[in-house]
Amino acid sequence: MILPTHSQDSYDRYYMVTIGVNNTKPWPLLLPIYATRQIQLSNSTYRSSSNSPPTDIVGRPSPPSKPALSPEQDPVAFEKGIAGEILVKFGQLAHIIFIKHLRIKIAVEPSNIIRLATYLRDRLGFDHAESVTGTDYPKDNQVEVVYHLGSYTRQDLAGQVISVATRTNRDDPTLPSLIGVYKSVEYHEREIFEMLGIYFEGHPRNERFLLPEDWADIPPLRKEFRIKGR
Amino acid sequence: MADLEDRIRESQRMGIQIAKESEDDRLMTLSVGPQHPGSGHFRFVVKLDGDYIVHCDPDPGYVHRGEEKMCEYRNFIQNIPHLERPVIHDSTNITYSYSLAVEELTGIQVPRRGQFIRAIASELNRQIYTLYWLAIYGIFLGHSTMFMWPAGDRELFIDLMEALTGARVTHAFNIPGGVRNDIPNGFKDKCLRQITYYEKRLKEYEDIFYNNPLVRQRTEGVGILTKEDAINLGVTGSVLRASGVPYDIRKAEPYDVYNEIDFKVQYMQTADSFARAYVPFLDMRESCHIVRQLLDKMPESGEVRAKLQANPRGPPGEAYRRVESGRGALGYYIISDGTPKPYRVKISVGSFRNMLALPHLLVGAKMGDMPVIYWALNYWPVEADR
Repeated sequence: MILPTHSQDSYDRYYMVTIGVNNTKPWPLLLPIYATRQIQLSNSTYRSSSNSPPTDIVGRPSPPSKPALSPEQDPVAFEKGIAGEILVKFGQLAHIIFIKHLRIKIAVEPSNIIRLATYLRDRLGFDHAESVTGTDYPKDNQVEVVYHLGSYTRQDLAGQVISVATRTNRDDPTLPSLIGVYKSVEYHEREIFEMLGIYFEGHPRNERFLLPEDWADIPPLRKEFRIKGR
Repeated sequence: MADLEDRIRESQRMGIQIAKESEDDRLMTLSVGPQHPGSGHFRFVVKLDGDYIVHCDPDPGYVHRGEEKMCEYRNFIQNIPHLERPVIHDSTNITYSYSLAVEELTGIQVPRRGQFIRAIASELNRQIYTLYWLAIYGIFLGHSTMFMWPAGDRELFIDLMEALTGARVTHAFNIPGGVRNDIPNGFKDKCLRQITYYEKRLKEYEDIFYNNPLVRQRTEGVGILTKEDAINLGVTGSVLRASGVPYDIRKAEPYDVYNEIDFKVQYMQTADSFARAYVPFLDMRESCHIVRQLLDKMPESGEVRAKLQANPRGPPGEAYRRVESGRGALGYYIISDGTPKPYRVKISVGSFRNMLALPHLLVGAKMGDMPVIYWALNYWPVEADR
């Protein structure tokens, strides 16, 4: 079992974490914080469709090995605990992109996102969606939607923001809407529909919001839309 | 009834069409439009049944300038002047969050004195914005003295910001790495004098506005947003704190030197429009204490910004940082791909999130309560449109 290798360097915080089906260490149901040391590092892919990790997300190759930190010294021990709980429940379906201080990013397939969001809301206590971001990645031929979830009710999750990301292909993109889980995404998803052209299934109004009704051009946040003169 | 049916048949035989009175005919559609001074640069369409609002549909976008798209064409430093335009009064806070995110991406360290000056500017901006909002709230309730007094007291803080940055609004003071310049001589004494005078004025505001029986009658019990609804709708800022959730980014996720400052999160439990109008006032009072502590603890000398390269850039990655601005949590999600220009900048503004509470609260309210509810939501249309 490879021990987690990450440096204390404040910039050097990216590492990919997955849990394999053939994991030798059995995960307890409620993960205590110290068990996060047993996470296996690998550079596995985020989506099965592209064979190389998307260059826009993975920052740098694995840092050189250093001795693992005990939970008292580890500044991201609490976040690793949360990530571990999610991996216990979702296993192969959720990929952790990074774990930083107060920030966790998880990637899922569009078919699993409602299940993951419901789990985060009901079991872990992330009760509202702060904002929703849509990004265009023409190099991977994909568009990505990231939901930033926060918690108002739980004191121990006060500053935590979990980012849940899904990707879909760029031509004719459709994603399930999270409006049934988090009411607060209504206007954000509508804005992403008009700015990127992603259709949200289940959203009551996929319509123009900020753009004028007579907008006749391509969705503006796509990379091929150039501002005049630049 | 039979008489009516006979008459309808008679008129139909004569060739006159009689339309039955349908549900929709009773409703009047009213566009509280962008031209109306009572709505800012924002339009929402309401359907009225007599005096009661039965449906409300917000229609923002009149001041949409494409801030997020413009950020992708300029490098990290060049983005500051246009990013502060969404809220010109509170411009330090909207660039504060951006600077924090860029510093995380590029690894720039801010010197300690710069952090203090940034925090002081942020608190003064909070006063400027809240006083402007309070002036507008007063005038749309019909209280014109409450328009003149905050607008006049706002000049105290605008003078301070002019001494500090050179501009009255749109300061362009924060840059990734610190602040643009050091504080001038005599600023600390002037600031303390203004704050002492201003704290006396706050008592007068309470007497004339918040304890005014007419204002109380108009705002108490109007537009109740329960705690569960506030959390589900994801509102933020003073709207959230008026519904009983003591959440403040400066306490939940202290940035810069806020973990060394002692202050209390102001919140109320009553969740009506009066609470939403009173919480910013309590915030202002608390902000005065914060400024005094900051001026006290600031190091006497030191650099105010890190020395920057020509085109600062960092490794590919992303950063999401938030700041407590006048309207609520202002977050920046910046994705960098290793070049000096950001790949994607997403601005998460408090006004856009609070807009969701508008249809929720207006449905069932009287039209006369519309300004009370709408302006208490602390909605800034320019910021919501970006």
